[in-house]
Amino acid sequence: MTTQKAPKAIPPHPMDSLLRTERMPHIWCPGCGIGTVFSAVLAAIKNTGWDPDSIAMVSGIGCTGRMAGYIRLDSFHTTHGRALPFATGLKLAKPETKLIVVSGDGDLFAIGGNHFIHAARRNMDITVVCVNNFNYGMTGGQQAPSTPLGAKTTTSINGSPEEPFNFCHLASACGATYVARWTAMQVRSLRSSIGEALHKRGFSFVEVIAPCPSSFGRRNRMGSALEMLKFYHGRSVIRGDIDPKDATMDIDREIVVGKFVDIERPTFMDHYEKINRSQMPQWRSMHPDHQKGR
Amino acid sequence: MLAKEVKTGMHFINGDEACCEGALAAGCRFFAGYPITPATEIAEAMSRRLPELGGIYIQMEDEIASMATILGASWGGVKSMTSTSGPGFSLMMENIGLGICTETPCVVCNVQRGGPSTGLPTLVGQGDMMQARWGSHGHYEIIALSPSSPQEMFDMTILAFNLSEQYRLPVMIMADEVVGHMTERVVVPREEEIEVIDRRKPTVPPEEYNLYHADADGVAPMANCGDGYRIHVTGLTHDERGYPAMDAKSHEKMVSRLVGKIRNNKDKIIRTKNSYLDDAEVVVVSYGISARSAMQAVRDARKEGIKAGLIKLETVWPFPENLIRSLAPQVKGFLMAEINGGQMVLELERCAGGACPVGLVSNFGGAIISPGLISNAISRIRRGTA
Repeated sequence: MTTQKAPKAIPPHPMDSLLRTERMPHIWCPGCGIGTVFSAVLAAIKNTGWDPDSIAMVSGIGCTGRMAGYIRLDSFHTTHGRALPFATGLKLAKPETKLIVVSGDGDLFAIGGNHFIHAARRNMDITVVCVNNFNYGMTGGQQAPSTPLGAKTTTSINGSPEEPFNFCHLASACGATYVARWTAMQVRSLRSSIGEALHKRGFSFVEVIAPCPSSFGRRNRMGSALEMLKFYHGRSVIRGDIDPKDATMDIDREIVVGKFVDIERPTFMDHYEKINRSQMPQWRSMHPDHQKGR
Repeated sequence: MLAKEVKTGMHFINGDEACCEGALAAGCRFFAGYPITPATEIAEAMSRRLPELGGIYIQMEDEIASMATILGASWGGVKSMTSTSGPGFSLMMENIGLGICTETPCVVCNVQRGGPSTGLPTLVGQGDMMQARWGSHGHYEIIALSPSSPQEMFDMTILAFNLSEQYRLPVMIMADEVVGHMTERVVVPREEEIEVIDRRKPTVPPEEYNLYHADADGVAPMANCGDGYRIHVTGLTHDERGYPAMDAKSHEKMVSRLVGKIRNNKDKIIRTKNSYLDDAEVVVVSYGISARSAMQAVRDARKEGIKAGLIKLETVWPFPENLIRSLAPQVKGFLMAEINGGQMVLELERCAGGACPVGLVSNFGGAIISPGLISNAISRIRRGTA
């Protein structure tokens, strides 16, 4: 005879108010770093105290892109690489909305690379959180613009013959006003950096080095998720306020983490308003009038 | 307001400028684009006019970004558009699909030039008609219009916005280089005479609202970003809530509605301008600049006592299937006049269903079709020697 146990009620999660709980469980693999980053994003959003209806998330395609489907905010899961131009339109149409773009290294810097450099150049007032796991996780672990030279993926079984980007250096060179990098183990720093990035006017960028144990870790014999976390953490060296070109990103030598850029620069909208006012003194943006329609 | 959004009065402007004025009159306040001949004048006009009205003009890094940007702007609650020509239209296909799948109102104007590839940047073509219909992957229905004059560029741009807001999809204006660049009289009516349709908004509170729960006409009311509905929008196959649903049944349901909202309303969507149809023995079907050559040919034929008629397609997609089917058994034949190797003629043949001959008058691009060529073809069809 067996005794039937009553199903255990799932205790509430502190972030439930920001989660589409009806969509759980999520699709991420056990040990994936994205959950940690998602949690940091949620905490940073909550800490701002902003009205959730004034914040929107836009993502591209890939594992990280799925965050947009789990957050209980206005959220947009767009096409591969195009999160930033989509977010650009949304931001300019609704400048009072705070915009967070979350996506992976492949989405933001391979297929979306052109959009990234121009969004940063224009200084669009958008916060970008990039989960860098060194490969395309969703499709089973292929070579990405982040894959370390010599690292194995399903499309570089003998080792990648390409040198990877240094995303923080790139973001800074393109004009980002805030640039930081952390590993997924440095949760408090990560959360605080995402918070600073959210408060920053202009194009802010936070890169997170995160384990992908199912694909990248497995093919490169990096051990369990925890071992990967520890490995990246062990390679990390905190060097804030250095020239971003010196913020080395090399998993064989060192992963320089910290906040590399925190500057002020007029945004696209600042310039747009100023230039229009210089020609038309009574110029004002359509907001909020345009919402009323004709 | 610093400038007039509706420039009521009589103007002497080209088709591209007329497109811009039509968009503004329809309430468009956002343009994202990339320069390309022969559509550049639309972007230039927008870059002058939108700031005057407090709107946004932004020049993007490419047409992929332009299309993504206008979708984002539309979800921000602002009517948005872009314009381009063949090469840019190719790049837009990806996010046109996103617009179809997420049901995002916006307008894309393609001022067609000769293709394939870079082709004939400064010369006319109508070779993107099937690309408009099928260019993005997957199965879907679209609405595409085809203006024949600067006046129609104005009128049809307003119509394109109205249809996009009403049916929640990107609507295409399939113009061509001649219509875009020709300068003619354009009459802009008084503001109160212009019908402007805005997207239907939700009438229920957020807890009862589903982003893709359609009304009886197959179209769902649309909450914008920031309206408090906490919407989720994805290009993945999704359920009524907008949440990803990865199974055949959900896909069937979603695509059926995307297709159905156009097919089931096609009598309300389809517009043709018919001339001399009542007793016509030979019916010419055409669109865009070619329809003007066709009109001339039909008038010339009538002068010679030949009973020719014209169906000028204002909506090229959806195609006026029922009209063609009903005429096919009564006429001696149809003719399609178009500047490509024969694209819309395939649709004409399909709808004629073998009930009468169907001929094609065409060239591959670079020049308009002369009315004389169409007149000759009308005579051949009438004699049964086509």
